[in-house]
Amino acid sequence: MYEGIVQDLIDELGRLPGVGPKSAQRIAFHLLSADPVDVRRLAQVLVEVKERVRFCSVCGNVAEEETCRICRDPRRDPSVLCVVEESKDVVAIERTREFRGRYHVLGGAISPIEGIGPDELRIRELMTRLADGAVTEVILATDPNLEGEATATYLTRLLKPMGLRVTRLASGLPVGGDLEYADEVTLGRAFEGRRAVDD
Amino acid sequence: MHVVRLSLHDFRSYAEAEVALEPGVTSFVGRNGQGKTNLVEAVDYIARLSSHRVSSDAPLVRHGADQAVVRAAVVRDGREALLEIEINPGRSNRARINRAPLPRAREMLGLVRTVLFSPEDLTLVKGDPSDRRRFLDDLLVLRAPRYAGVRADYDRVLRQRNALLKNARDRGGRRGPDEHFDSTLEVWNQQLATLGAELLTARLVLVDDLGPLVGRAYEAVAQTKNWASRDDANLEYRASFELPETRDRVVVRDALLAELERRKADEVQRGVSLVGPHRDELYLGLGPLPVKGYASHGESWSFALALRLASYDLLRSEGDDPILILDDVFAELDTERRERLAELVAGAEQVLVTAAVAADVPAALRGRRVDVVDGKVAARAD
Repeated sequence: MYEGIVQDLIDELGRLPGVGPKSAQRIAFHLLSADPVDVRRLAQVLVEVKERVRFCSVCGNVAEEETCRICRDPRRDPSVLCVVEESKDVVAIERTREFRGRYHVLGGAISPIEGIGPDELRIRELMTRLADGAVTEVILATDPNLEGEATATYLTRLLKPMGLRVTRLASGLPVGGDLEYADEVTLGRAFEGRRAVDD
Repeated sequence: MHVVRLSLHDFRSYAEAEVALEPGVTSFVGRNGQGKTNLVEAVDYIARLSSHRVSSDAPLVRHGADQAVVRAAVVRDGREALLEIEINPGRSNRARINRAPLPRAREMLGLVRTVLFSPEDLTLVKGDPSDRRRFLDDLLVLRAPRYAGVRADYDRVLRQRNALLKNARDRGGRRGPDEHFDSTLEVWNQQLATLGAELLTARLVLVDDLGPLVGRAYEAVAQTKNWASRDDANLEYRASFELPETRDRVVVRDALLAELERRKADEVQRGVSLVGPHRDELYLGLGPLPVKGYASHGESWSFALALRLASYDLLRSEGDDPILILDDVFAELDTERRERLAELVAGAEQVLVTAAVAADVPAALRGRRVDVVDGKVAARAD
């Protein structure tokens, strides 16, 4: 145990995801020996991020204004909507530069163990968004695990009757990988989702 | 297959141990608490990535250490491979084959196959249905490692669904059921039925294949002049709902779905999932009577041995000879059963025996003797 405030700092850092007690201690001592200007800047950013960043009123992505950059961008295709669990999924998909539609961030996946049901997710907002008929295709890009699949199934049942085209991201073999190293579940999915080769 | 070298690092009572092994029979002899079982437990762990003695990994790590390492040089189809597993309680384990790391430790399942006999086997006969379900599922995973994933996913879906049902029950009294409850439950029903049907049909096929082998093994073990034990040993898979006479996964899934729908009110009231492979039972019978409650202690033991012997026969018929481990079983058996078990397993490619007293081990299984005293392992040159 360290004296007072040093221990407080270690405890606070240790609460962050992915930071264990040893890392927390290392970061704390790094900060202690760092230039006060750098530390002040970090503190400033931490305070500002909490004050300035909010969630886009349309899609739920992180934003600095009322709506996010993607929702404001007139060049985005308004007829395709990609539904994801978290803001970081938006960033991942944006990196591909393949998708030109807009997003809807649910804020998680259905998981009764954690007390997350449809009401805890931004599903009502999604339905409101779809009401005007501008969107014709919804891409379900929830995680390919049990909770993500459950959420996708739930949404499919909700959206299909509205006459929308509902698609799910394919899951299967990683690009650049070796078939022989694929695990049996992935390989099984890849078989299920196989497609005809065009001439 | 057989293990030629086993080395342990901070595993159970061993800080460091190195044991050379050979095909054929090896018996580890030493007084209780010297570390015999720890050696064979390590071999079994390499095969199943879990222990027959404890349900969590923490006790496998030597007191005061934070990880244990088990290495086994294994000969399969005439080729030697070095398998390593690093046991990290609370974090994920890491596995390597010939020094190359595997993406997930689970992928090592099925490379080594073991059949282990232990004093705890009596619970297969006398214990709860869950003991018998675990027996089936463990064997299923050795047969087709893919089922380790199906089993884990099923357990997770079950926990999710139970949480949902429990929530609905708890709030049912006060605010009335959640407006989304029905549609959310349907989603979990779908998942439970799909994974459940996969597990269930695999178990059904396993019981189909295992049944005749158990009958034969029981006859071989229990063969006495006593008229009462002339009855056939039989197995029957009893599902928690009326199962169509089929092994077709889709038909089973639809039947399971329909049953979930039918029992819904009941499930909501009790706040728990009442239908599915987690509620099924493997019935064990001798002639027309169930073993549980009717069989004598000796007959129960014979049945437990028959289940293990049949597992061995099944695995052997589908691939490499599994490694047989007989952990402290001879002390539990009478002389006749000891002798017969010894005769039945003596021909296996590799048999590892542990015993507190060398005289308990039948002559047919004496083999090479290794003394285990106070955590020191020494082959006896005789």
